[in-house]
This record gives sequence, C-alpha cells and structure tokens, in this order.
Amino acid sequence: MKRFLGFVKKEFLHIFRDYRTLFILFGIPAAQILIFGYAVSTDIRNAGVAVLDLSHDEVTTKLTDKIMSSGFFKRTETLLNYNDIDKVFKKGKTKAVIVFEEGFGKKLINEGKASLSIIADGSEPNTATLITNYTTAIVNDFTTDLAGPSRNNSLRISPEVKMFYNPGLKSHYMFVPGVVTLILILICALMTSVTITREKEFGTMEVLLVSPLRPIQIILGKVTPYFILSFINVLLILGLSWLVFGLPVKGSIILLLAECMLYILMSLSLGILISTVSDNMQQAIFISLIGLMLPTVLLSGFIFPIENMPKIYDYVSSILPPRYFIVIIKNIMIKGTGIMYIWKETLILIIMTLVFIGLSVRKFKIRLE
Amino acid sequence: MIKAIEASGISKSFGATKALDNISFSVNESEIFGFIGPDGAGKTTLFRIITSLLIPDSGTMKVLGMDPITEYKELRKNIGYMPGRFSLYQDLSVEENLNFYATVFGTTVEENYELISDIYSHIEPFKKRLTGKLSGGMKQKLALSCALIHKPKLLVLDEPTTGVDAVSRSEFWDMLGKLKKHNITIIVSTPYMDEAIRCNRVALIQDGNILSVDTPQNVRTGFSRKLFTVKSAEKYKLIKTLRKNPEVLTAYPFGDSMHVTLIDGSTPDSLSKGLVREGINDAVVHEAEAGIEDRFLELMEKPQ
Repeated sequence: MKRFLGFVKKEFLHIFRDYRTLFILFGIPAAQILIFGYAVSTDIRNAGVAVLDLSHDEVTTKLTDKIMSSGFFKRTETLLNYNDIDKVFKKGKTKAVIVFEEGFGKKLINEGKASLSIIADGSEPNTATLITNYTTAIVNDFTTDLAGPSRNNSLRISPEVKMFYNPGLKSHYMFVPGVVTLILILICALMTSVTITREKEFGTMEVLLVSPLRPIQIILGKVTPYFILSFINVLLILGLSWLVFGLPVKGSIILLLAECMLYILMSLSLGILISTVSDNMQQAIFISLIGLMLPTVLLSGFIFPIENMPKIYDYVSSILPPRYFIVIIKNIMIKGTGIMYIWKETLILIIMTLVFIGLSVRKFKIRLE
Repeated sequence: MIKAIEASGISKSFGATKALDNISFSVNESEIFGFIGPDGAGKTTLFRIITSLLIPDSGTMKVLGMDPITEYKELRKNIGYMPGRFSLYQDLSVEENLNFYATVFGTTVEENYELISDIYSHIEPFKKRLTGKLSGGMKQKLALSCALIHKPKLLVLDEPTTGVDAVSRSEFWDMLGKLKKHNITIIVSTPYMDEAIRCNRVALIQDGNILSVDTPQNVRTGFSRKLFTVKSAEKYKLIKTLRKNPEVLTAYPFGDSMHVTLIDGSTPDSLSKGLVREGINDAVVHEAEAGIEDRFLELMEKPQ
C-alpha cells in the first residue's frame, strides 16, 4: 500500500510540474464548453434578412415589422429590384431575402390570396432551413390574425407544437452532455496512454519493471490521479454550464456523478489498453485522437442522430462507449429519468470497463518484449 | 565459493540478428565483474536477461541462485539496476527521485542512508534541484544512489560511465570500489578499455560471444606476441606504410603512436630499416607492454 501511495504521489508531481498537462486537463474542457455553447449554436439570433418590397402598402409594412421584431432576424438592407438579390447574398451579411409581390396587400384583401417569396442562401443549409421555417411560422401566424374570427366557419386544423424537456429548443441541451462525453473520454484515454508510454520511451519503465511493483499497482497508480482530476473536471463542466447557460440537472445529481465516475473509469482503462499496444507517445496520441475523437463526434449520436444513419454506421457506433453515455447523461440531465430507464446502457458501460481492465492487465508486459 | 551468477549456453536473437551466441560465464559473490566490448556487442541484451527483463532463446541462468524466468518476482527485489539510458524522472527533484525509488522498493532513504552516503553526499547540496537540470556526472551519481537505495545483493550497471567526463568516471569507479565492503556483487559494462583495470575480473565480449574471461592482469599477459610501439612525425604515412609492410602482422593506431606486432623471424631492426626504405627516417621503435586493448584486438583478429 505504501508503495502504491508513493507511486500515486509521484504521478501527481508529474502532473503538477507540467503546466501543459494541467492546461489540457482543465483549460480545454472549459474552453470547449464555452466554444460549443456560444459559437457552435444552432439557434438563430439576429440573422441578416433583406426585404424586397414591390408593393409598399400597409399590409407588407405590418408583416415586415412583425418578422423583424421577432428577435430572430435583423434587417440588413432594403432592396429595390430582383437583380440586387444576388449581390446582397454575395456581401455575406444577408442570409435570406423576403420578397413581396407587386400589389400584395390589394390582392390579399380582394382575392384572399397573395404571394411572398423567401429566398435563402443555400450555401448554409442549416441556417437557410431554420430561417425559412421561422419566417413561415411568423407569416402563418400573421394570416391567422388577419383573418380573425370571421373565417372560423371554414374547417381548419392548427397544430400546436410544444417541445417537451427543452421548450426553447436550446442547443446547450444537446452540447453540454455531448461535450462532457467527448472531453472525458479524450482526456482520460489520452492522458493515461501518454503517461504510460512516456515511461516506456524515457526508459524509466525498465526500472519500474525491475522493482517489486506489480503490474496492477503500476496501472492503478497511473489511473488514480487522473480519476480524481477527471472527476473534478466533471464538476467544473457541470458547474460552468449551470452558471453560464443556466443548464440545470433535472435528475438525481448523485446518479449523474456516479455514472460519470463509471464513464471516467471506462475511459481510463481504455487509455491503459491503448498504452499497452503502443510503443511511444506519438502512437498513443494518434490512436487516442483519431481513434476516439472522430468516432465520438460523428458516430456517437452527439451531433448526428444514429437513427438517421445507414445501418452499418449503427453497428459501428454500437461498440463505441460514448454512444451509451450520451443516452445516460441526456436522460439524467435533461429528462430527469432515474436508473430504471438507463440500466441497460449502464450495464454495457460496466461490461466494457471490465473487459478493458482485464485486457490491459493481461497485455501489460512484465518484461521488455 | 557461491556464485552470484551462473550462465551456460545463453543465446538470444532479435529477428535475424544474433545478439548473444551461446555464451557461458559465472560471476563470484561480491566481485566487480566487467563486460568490456564495443557498442552492439550484446552487453545490454545480456544485462536485460540477467535482470529478468528478457527471456533467452536457449540456455540456463541462475542469478543469486534464482531463475530469472520463473522466480523473477523474488529476484527483482534483490537487484539494483541502472539501465544504459538515463532513467530517472527529469521533472522530479533529486530528493523526490530517491524517495520514490526507496518507497517502490519498500524502504526509506534513512534506513539505508549509510550505504549511499558516500555517493549521495556529492549531490545532496542540490537535492531540491530538478533532475533534468543536473550535470551528466551528477545524474550518474543519483542514478547509482537510486539503484542502491534498497540495498540490493546484485548491482547491474549498464554502461554507467558513457557520456560522463573523465574525472566523474574516475570518481564513479572509486565509489564502486568502496561498495565491495558491503558484500554487493557488481556487474558493469563499459566500452572503455581503461576501465577494465578497475574490475576484479573482466569478460571481453564481441558480436554476442565472450572472447575471454580473466583478471585484467591476466588478460594483458595473455597477449601472445611481442608488442612494439612505433612513433613518427608523419603519422598518416606511417600507418599506410606499416600496413603494407610484409613483416608486420598487425598495426593499430594508439594515441600518438602505433602498436605493432611482427611476423615470426622479423626483428625491430629490420622493421626500422624497412621504414627508412619507404622514406620514413624518424621512426622510433620500442618494445612495449601490452594493454587490455591490445589483447582485445588480438582476440578479435583471431577467429575462435
């Protein structure tokens, strides 16, 4: 036990001596949360919209005001003819142009029908879709108001959409759990695999092997400091997302933290496994970054829903631990569900952890070859 | 006498390269046993087999009476190993390194301070300094202290003096000499021939073969011919001329002179005359006592 504690102490000294390690441990998660939370927002706010009003009547003015005052859009320019549309898109600030046909107001009142075009910049498909959806919704709302109670004799279904759990459809709800998932597996696996391969590369492993330390003591000695630090990291990320984005944890905090510990342990044992198969730090970094980061971002359901993927990706993603943790953390944080709904995912993570630890201890070389 | 190490028929290959080829030797208890040979001779591989880090392809070995393959756990408690590469933690201080190795081996610095005090006292004034910032000689002393901290029965030092200045090298060997009184067996490898004299016995090793095992004294006297030194101001011309001369058996440059052996029936006089004929008039030929390096070169020349 004393041996083990001596080893853990040495690992802590390594970490605290190296400001780069500390930065990776704490700086990057904080930066990621802020970057993902603010910059990579999929909500639209103040999107640039230009107006080409060929009618200039009371109705178009009212409708334009309604659209612009929604808070989603910001009026960039007022156009005079169709030729300007292309130019204004090329300037880049304008994401969509709203075109009212000639005599819009008159037609609407006389014929009960008038046309309005929403021309969006298709080079940014996500923004374009969002802008057209939002605008359409505002226009529909406007026509309903305009028609008033006089038209309620005609049959009409008006669907009222309500978003459960995330009524504002805020993207933080998606990103915070995703970032926690990504950061933990990256940092844990990367750090542990690098610290073990570093001993191999610097030749200190040779001396550790020729000592009474058992493989399990070396492995646990490497893992313990990172376990503690990663757990602090989780608290940091959750605290930050609560303070900055006001993202609450709806479910049990204890359950959430326990699941996070399990996930950290899984990631650490994965890191050890990586270190047993790589001979130097470059290899370990390469495997951790390419092998873990890309699949986690692309295939874990963090950004792109797994249900929409071709079946083959679904199978690939089913061996990725982050896929299960995302489900767990989203359930606890956003839906507030208990263990009853996530026991399957939890069990899978436990099994993965055991397999990784078992493989690492078996593959850990007690000699040099 | 009990043997600290007994090896017979040890072979080890890495792919197509034979690192060790059927070597046998034994090391007595509490002697300083040196493995002398050039880089790539197989010294490091042999030391890794002794320390249980590698498994030989064939042959048997007993280290401190234990089998490094099956009894490695017990054996590792009794070995102090200093690998060829500097193997301390550069980002830890002198003191932290020493404490770490002490705890890992289940002891404390205080407990065995007496054993390392001679060595450690040199670097103790710098104990708060990060190891990466020490000079080569100080690093070596710290590494030796760390290898000794658990009072091992066998100390394995792989090229401990490579890359260390001449004064530190000499100090280092003085320290090893003092360790003898603690009944520690020391095996040490070095590419420097001049260090052989500091060992009780040396094994000359080349290309995975042990050429000879003996005391440094006997290794030197094992030289089978008369050795002459030849000096001339025109050194380069002298080398070329000697190597062409049919009377000369071997000629190796040694510092500012040449070490030369002659074929049977030739004499120093006839050699001098021959050199004059070739235009080297200032050549001085003396008979000399052979050193370990001469013997080593002789053994290398002779196919076994």
